[in-house]
Amino acid sequence: MTDAAELRERTRELLAAHPPATIGRRDFLEARFDAGLAWVHYPEGLGGLGAPRSLQAVVDAELEAAGAPDNDPRRIGIGLGMAAPTILRFGTDEQKRRYLRPLWVGEEVWCQLFSEPGAGSDLAALGTRAVRDDGGDWVVNGQKVWTSSAHVARWAILIARTDPDMPKHQGITYFICDMTDPGVEVRPLRQVTGEAEFNEVFLTGVRIPDSRRLGEIGDGWRVAQTTLMNERVSIGGMRIPREGGMIGALARTWRERPELRTHDLHQRLLTLWVEAEVARLTGERLRQQLSAGQPGPEGSGMKLAFARLNQEISGMEVELLGEEGLVYDDWTMRRPELVDFTGREAGYRYLRSKGNSIEGGTSEVLLNIVAERVLGLPAEPRTDKDVAWKDLSR
Amino acid sequence: MTTQTTQPDLLYSEEEEALRSALRDLLADHCDPAGVLARVESDTPHDRALWKALAEGMGLAGLLVPESLGGQGASHREAAVVLEELGRAVAPVPYLTSAVVATEALLACAGDEAKRLLRELASGRTVGALAVGLSAGPDGAYGVVRQEDGALHGELTAVADATAADVLLVPAEDGGLYAVDAHAVTVTPQVSLDLTRPVATVTFDGAAGRRLTDDARSAVRRALRAGAGLLASEQLGVADWCLTETVRYLKDRKQFNRPVGGFQALKHRLAQVWLEVVNLRAAARNAADTLATGSEDAAIAVAVAEAYAAPVAVHAAEEALQLHGGIGMTWEHPVHLYLKRAKADSIAYGTAGGHRAELAELVGLRPPA
Repeated sequence: MTDAAELRERTRELLAAHPPATIGRRDFLEARFDAGLAWVHYPEGLGGLGAPRSLQAVVDAELEAAGAPDNDPRRIGIGLGMAAPTILRFGTDEQKRRYLRPLWVGEEVWCQLFSEPGAGSDLAALGTRAVRDDGGDWVVNGQKVWTSSAHVARWAILIARTDPDMPKHQGITYFICDMTDPGVEVRPLRQVTGEAEFNEVFLTGVRIPDSRRLGEIGDGWRVAQTTLMNERVSIGGMRIPREGGMIGALARTWRERPELRTHDLHQRLLTLWVEAEVARLTGERLRQQLSAGQPGPEGSGMKLAFARLNQEISGMEVELLGEEGLVYDDWTMRRPELVDFTGREAGYRYLRSKGNSIEGGTSEVLLNIVAERVLGLPAEPRTDKDVAWKDLSR
Repeated sequence: MTTQTTQPDLLYSEEEEALRSALRDLLADHCDPAGVLARVESDTPHDRALWKALAEGMGLAGLLVPESLGGQGASHREAAVVLEELGRAVAPVPYLTSAVVATEALLACAGDEAKRLLRELASGRTVGALAVGLSAGPDGAYGVVRQEDGALHGELTAVADATAADVLLVPAEDGGLYAVDAHAVTVTPQVSLDLTRPVATVTFDGAAGRRLTDDARSAVRRALRAGAGLLASEQLGVADWCLTETVRYLKDRKQFNRPVGGFQALKHRLAQVWLEVVNLRAAARNAADTLATGSEDAAIAVAVAEAYAAPVAVHAAEEALQLHGGIGMTWEHPVHLYLKRAKADSIAYGTAGGHRAELAELVGLRPPA
């Protein structure tokens, strides 16, 4: 059992042996990984020490105090938050050794090839095909969409249909796809804001060796659940101060621009301010529940609340601005590496936040999840459960 | 902008959960909806036996009173848990009005008479009521009576639980707060929207008053702020009952050869109510904790909780009635008791709009000039 004191000691040893001030960032991160201090809850030899996940904070605090560089987690969020836990759970020893270290140090960026034009909320209906050839390799054809980081990624986690004769959840297999392989074409996907955060990825005759399959053939849906569960865990972990997020921008404009105020907007402002404060308190309560070891279902609602609030708050701000609200900062198609929802002007925030109720599960699907899994209400009658994928309407 | 100094504790402690569990058992045995419904139309709308069990059996009337004055020396956190459970049962007992609001008013007064009354209220053998109309918010206006040579004259309306009170705490024109025995005044029940927390007119015709403090304004403000802050927990209990009961019913009720709760249009509405209840829980715990710790954030926390709680409890109750269909519209089904409590609560101790106006000042989001 590794305790906090031991971790603190190991962290100090790492800092002494590899002083961040004198060695390069990559070298330091690799040394940290090899010392088992990357993610302490991972096994030894894979960047961890098999310690409780909660002890990571001890290591992070020591490193931050010493001014050590981090692995820029926002840049490699899909690798850290989705690919890594899936590889850890379902990967072979060889896969774990090959992929986890370059993933964690940020040498190799990962992206996620899940959604398709014909499979959004109904992801299990996906139609990208993977067919095994005589040599045992898989040949993949299809189109994926809403892929962030695809243009900078080395690897992708990919789910594809390997058996169209089975019902849709059963004929899917999970792969690791090399984004530099021939047949992988990445095109920017311009969105309503004018910029292109995401990509479309066209897969044409892409060959994937069977050694890059993750989990059993036909078991890809179950493997993907691990990926998606970890996506939900990684959302909403931060502590937000009062007036953090979009309400802060709106409140600032209100205070600084008294000439814009109207009585009608004042009522809306106060209602939104209260709702934003209550959502913040709910997030704080959720965090307290988690750290007390009493996780509840309350997290399911956080994304729903923030999506609606972001939209209403930014929408009101455009109105508050009056004539200035008629102007947009920039329609140029840019490809931002990181998205800052509050980084631009109100018009941008208004348009970007429209995606908040679609990305990562639409609000409508999330309401179904709350109704069925939290409240225990019956599911809608299903017409797709026992039908072969190839016979589904599309 | 005010910043919070410490993080409030938004969870329930083990002791608070134990309190909840004991109280819920008691209410299940002694305060079922059919019993409440039968009682509220009788001559004794308040449940004296239940009050005795709460006060003398469990010592809950004195939660906010220090041990040195015969109370429990507990805090608003525990009182909030009590109110959640009483709200869930729409229990017709003067807990919020006597054990919270009247008690807080007395805690703001220094003299021996206030101490004596606190001891009596803590025991539960005496029920107190602040003679301020239920709609007054912490910073709002309220009616007062005239004082001449120690005798009070005048009339106050919409005083909650006045018919159950043994002693009234009465603000007068001269700025003082007076204790008046209930038998010295005329209490006339009004036909109340909320039958489980009836309001009454109190008429003073030369009633003798014992002066408790020269600063009624501060005592009333403190009492109403605590009342508003803990009302949010009662509203949480009301909303939670409405959600739980409606979900239970819709799993069972079948139309079109399916449980009605399987229709997506209804599921989304119930999920929405659930989200609101989850949010309200955080806001209500925040208000209770900041009141308990005397945090400088308490005024904001209370205003936020009440601005949020009132529409949520009303929404939950309105959805409960609608989603129950025809049975929800009958007198026989208890959902109307919750709707009436939720609606009356949305006026009690200040409306949501009143609390938002207060917030505008507290956090510096001022109206147009």
